[in-house]
Amino acid sequence: MSAEKHLLPPLVRRIGLRLGAALPALFCVILFTFIMMRVLPGDPAVYFASGPNAGQAEIQELRHKMGLDAPMPVQFLHYLENLVTGDLGRSLTTGQSVARDMQERLPASLELTLTALALSLLISLPLGLTAAWWSGSKYDQFVRAFCSACFCIPPFVSGILLVYVCYYWLGLAPDPTGRINIFLPQPPRLTGLLLIDSALAGDWTAWHEAAGQLVLPATTMALFVIAPLTRMTRAAVISVLGADYIRTARAMGLPTWRIMIVYTLRNALMPVLTTVGIVFSTMMGANVLVEKIFSWPGVASYALDALVSSDYAPVQGFILLMACLFILVNLVIDLLLGVLDPRVSVE
Amino acid sequence: MTMMNVTMRSKRFGFGRFIRQQPVAALAIGGLSIIVILAVLAPVISPYDPLASDVPHALLAPDGQHWFGTDELGRDVFSRILAAARLDLSIAVSAVAISLVAGVTVGCFCGYQGGWLDRVTGRIVDVLTAFPLFVMAMALVAVLGNSIANLIYATAIINFPFYIRIARSEVAARRNLGWVEAAHVSGTSPTRIVLMFLLPNILPTIVVQASLNLGWAILNAAGLSFLGLGIPVPTPEWGVMVANGAHFMSSGRWWLVVFPGGMLMVTILCFNLLGDGLRDLLDPRTRS
Amino acid sequence: MNEPLLTIDGLRVSFTSDRSSREVLHGISLSVERGKVLALVGESGSGKSVTGLTTMGLLPKQAVVTEGTIRFRGQDITRHVPRSLRGAGIAMVFQNPRAALNPTRRVRDQLADVIRAHDRLDRAALQARLVELMHQVSITDVSRCLNAYPHQLSGGLCQRIVIAMAVACSPDLIIADEPTTGLDVLTQKSAMDLLLRLTREQDMGMILVTHDLGMAAQYSDDVAVMRHGEIVERGTPEMLFSNPQNNYTRRLVAACPNETSLLEAPEDAAARQESGPAVLLEVRNLVKEYQSGFRAVDDVSFSIRQGECLGLIGESGSGKSTISRLISRLVDVDSGEILFNGTSISSLSAEDFYRAPQRRQIQFVFQDAAGSLNPRYTAFRSIVDPLLRMGPVPEGDALAELVVQTARSVGLSEDMLERYPHQMSGGQCARVGIARAIIVSPDLLILDEPTAALDVLVQAEVLALLERLRRERGMSYLFVSHDLHVVRMLCDRAIILRKGRIVEAGRCENIFHAPQSNYTAQLLEAIPHFRPAACV
Repeated sequence: MSAEKHLLPPLVRRIGLRLGAALPALFCVILFTFIMMRVLPGDPAVYFASGPNAGQAEIQELRHKMGLDAPMPVQFLHYLENLVTGDLGRSLTTGQSVARDMQERLPASLELTLTALALSLLISLPLGLTAAWWSGSKYDQFVRAFCSACFCIPPFVSGILLVYVCYYWLGLAPDPTGRINIFLPQPPRLTGLLLIDSALAGDWTAWHEAAGQLVLPATTMALFVIAPLTRMTRAAVISVLGADYIRTARAMGLPTWRIMIVYTLRNALMPVLTTVGIVFSTMMGANVLVEKIFSWPGVASYALDALVSSDYAPVQGFILLMACLFILVNLVIDLLLGVLDPRVSVE
Repeated sequence: MTMMNVTMRSKRFGFGRFIRQQPVAALAIGGLSIIVILAVLAPVISPYDPLASDVPHALLAPDGQHWFGTDELGRDVFSRILAAARLDLSIAVSAVAISLVAGVTVGCFCGYQGGWLDRVTGRIVDVLTAFPLFVMAMALVAVLGNSIANLIYATAIINFPFYIRIARSEVAARRNLGWVEAAHVSGTSPTRIVLMFLLPNILPTIVVQASLNLGWAILNAAGLSFLGLGIPVPTPEWGVMVANGAHFMSSGRWWLVVFPGGMLMVTILCFNLLGDGLRDLLDPRTRS
Repeated sequence: MNEPLLTIDGLRVSFTSDRSSREVLHGISLSVERGKVLALVGESGSGKSVTGLTTMGLLPKQAVVTEGTIRFRGQDITRHVPRSLRGAGIAMVFQNPRAALNPTRRVRDQLADVIRAHDRLDRAALQARLVELMHQVSITDVSRCLNAYPHQLSGGLCQRIVIAMAVACSPDLIIADEPTTGLDVLTQKSAMDLLLRLTREQDMGMILVTHDLGMAAQYSDDVAVMRHGEIVERGTPEMLFSNPQNNYTRRLVAACPNETSLLEAPEDAAARQESGPAVLLEVRNLVKEYQSGFRAVDDVSFSIRQGECLGLIGESGSGKSTISRLISRLVDVDSGEILFNGTSISSLSAEDFYRAPQRRQIQFVFQDAAGSLNPRYTAFRSIVDPLLRMGPVPEGDALAELVVQTARSVGLSEDMLERYPHQMSGGQCARVGIARAIIVSPDLLILDEPTAALDVLVQAEVLALLERLRRERGMSYLFVSHDLHVVRMLCDRAIILRKGRIVEAGRCENIFHAPQSNYTAQLLEAIPHFRPAACV
């Protein structure tokens, strides 16, 4: 009991502090979306009125009913109230509520982003670690060149080229549209992540199908962030390798693998983790491009389609969703940092 | 007088030495110069009018007549790429210039002043730099309206927090250094300390950041226009060209994507290599 | 005769880069026996650390052994030190103990890593060994220390852990590379006592790499003085320090501050006592508190008379640097008053003090001389800057003339003035820093450990320079230092600080010969020293 009492408060305080720090930013985003909805062309009242011939009186009536004639601060409060109750408005193109649309489509985006992140970490960490370990060697120069090359390919170019080479040319990849063949039986929806749902259902055909569809978009996105992750890993490892405690470990005759993993990588992981946060938000941005290229039914393509057809409620919903996701991810990273680095949790 | 001469001589940095020390960066400078020259001379050297459609000659593969082939309206891809270079480079340079000046001013002020204002700015900037900025840029263009100027503003705004952060941290790191304290003791006013002591010393870092940022700004601008944001329809722009070309990839018309995409890659690569080279040059510690 | 534990014979080491190769050790030979301590003494760049690292096989990639052999227990380890030997045969104790420990691993795990690298032990045996080690290095709070992360322990405890690590696998030879750098005098003494005790008890050999002659004298059986990659003289400490044969050793010994070294003739000092009765600076109940509620300076009062030199002595964290910054008005005072020539200067904020007329009368010389010079300014610009800011600026050529004259008075030649800080040595940077401070003819010069980063020989020169300048210009000094001997040489009166409070104050000869407080006595006792010939 007392141990818990001892453990919990700093953690809770830390979460509270982080959320508190993110609140101003969240407020700014909400204010921004509010202004966006008001500034953008198109009067909702006109839209919701019975038709083009609706009389001025009818529109006035609707405006009043919708609260559009109230002073701005009041409208803003009203807007906040709607947000808190989860009312993000209605999409004009799909005719459904935005919250519902996003709930359906978010797992697709998450599956793509998380797979890409896992893929890039799987490549970047060993690459960065080994490049730093043998820094200055031919191998290191190769890794650096590889990073430079990766970094300069815009995801929309690499995506299109990958499709061209792997699908049209070599015929290796499946048709690059969507997540899964819609004519196949769908696995029961539990998490919404197809890989997990199909694995839980034991439906390995569907799993293979879904994984096949995922390869190209995930690779496209991973390619985009491999460079910053590898560079950061390399830089972090090099700086750790120069630290006194690595020299101590060497002087004490510790086995090389232990120095490499337990002493070096473990300490280098903290700056890398911070980068992962930034990389994750870059990926959320790149999602828009990748989902468009691969007709991926995620939230970003949803928002983009809406934006192009001047349907702003989904755009607003998307921005707010991104803001919340971003706050969540950063909170998780921050807590992980606290776990990784004993010095952080003390202060 | 003689003292000044000696100072100048010891500071001088030969270009020959630069090429020997940073061959890659020198190559990047060469590549960038070619791109800039092509962009500047575009109206003169373009073989065709980048906007003139010529439907009978649509979708021609690259040959002696049309070096980079023609698009679905028969427009010459090479001419369009040159015209696009002009546009993309000016977007990137103006966006970076705006955010650099504004960001460094705010950053220097906050970093030097310290206190609660600085802490609040720091927090906000930290949050902003980690925010999905591309999404923010999308929304900004949507709100401000579809125009090239707004594309520039959006790109500038998403770069802005990076400059605040870098200027702020560089200034804050030096604020309590010996030679700044010594300047206080020498009776130097705070304004003068920032302008004459701190700014020249952080400038190299800012220049490196700007160089890397130019590549990033092009990437962002092209990404936005790829999505159909910012650039009005017939205007040639690399991202727009890639987006158009994507429709014809399935029928094997690779040149519509490969050439504008390639130009994008080469330009971004050059800016990045230049930035890396400059950083290595200015900070010998990062050299392995 | 038994073969010595370690024999180094004609060792040459070069640092190579793509274009050039530079030899840093020019054929040095030495040997270490069991149970004995060999001290390698030298200034920075003398090659003493490289010798230690070569023996350990820890040279950086660019460095290669070009000639000579290193034999340990009869085995040739010149070019490759087997992993089994590192830690278990030869172990190393590093400087900056806190940095030498992995910040994200518990002390227990780090020690266990070392033991398990050489021994297969089960859990119980490991635990027993850990506890035993803790007792060996005199740590009483065993379980707390074992479960702590390095940042939770004090510097002294960290150094004990590092020593425990070194002796964990019972090596035969310990190489201690400046083992007390970064530690306070009192901690320094206990760490060294511990190392010496372990060496004797376990019959190990030890190489003590240090720049501190006093420490070498007190803790070694054998001393080798190194300079420019060569051993210039070897012998027992008594021989070497009482009757040095080599010219360089002689200068080094003479420059090392000790209980008897003096800068000036005593009658001169006596003459000074009567002059300048006017009080220049008076500090009343000074307090400086930092955000965390930590009181860096806690109710400190003292005064400095015209032409007087006051020493401020304390360990790190004693508040001595904060006091110097408060008086030079670099930071704001929380409470209390600073009177300069009778006027209060503590009311004006630090931010606006550059406008005050007292700004040019109170000047500051910084600890890190090279770091206190703008990297983009030549020495000339650095020196002339205060004059341009605060005036009076002489007309035309007189300005340059004044700079050159000031530079000459601090021993800087004219061609030095065109150099940038990175082109100058530490001693030269220190001189530029002093020239910059005195060019506006201040009344009070605050010196914050101006010689702490300098080698012994340069320190002696700078101290002599400071003493001469004071006599010539009649300035008052506030001299901040952790080195008691230096303060005694330069100052008339001294204040001993501890945790922001004054522990003892008085005339130097009284403090040093008959300390009133226990703490002062301890400090005096802890300084490593060698007795000059007369005392042996």
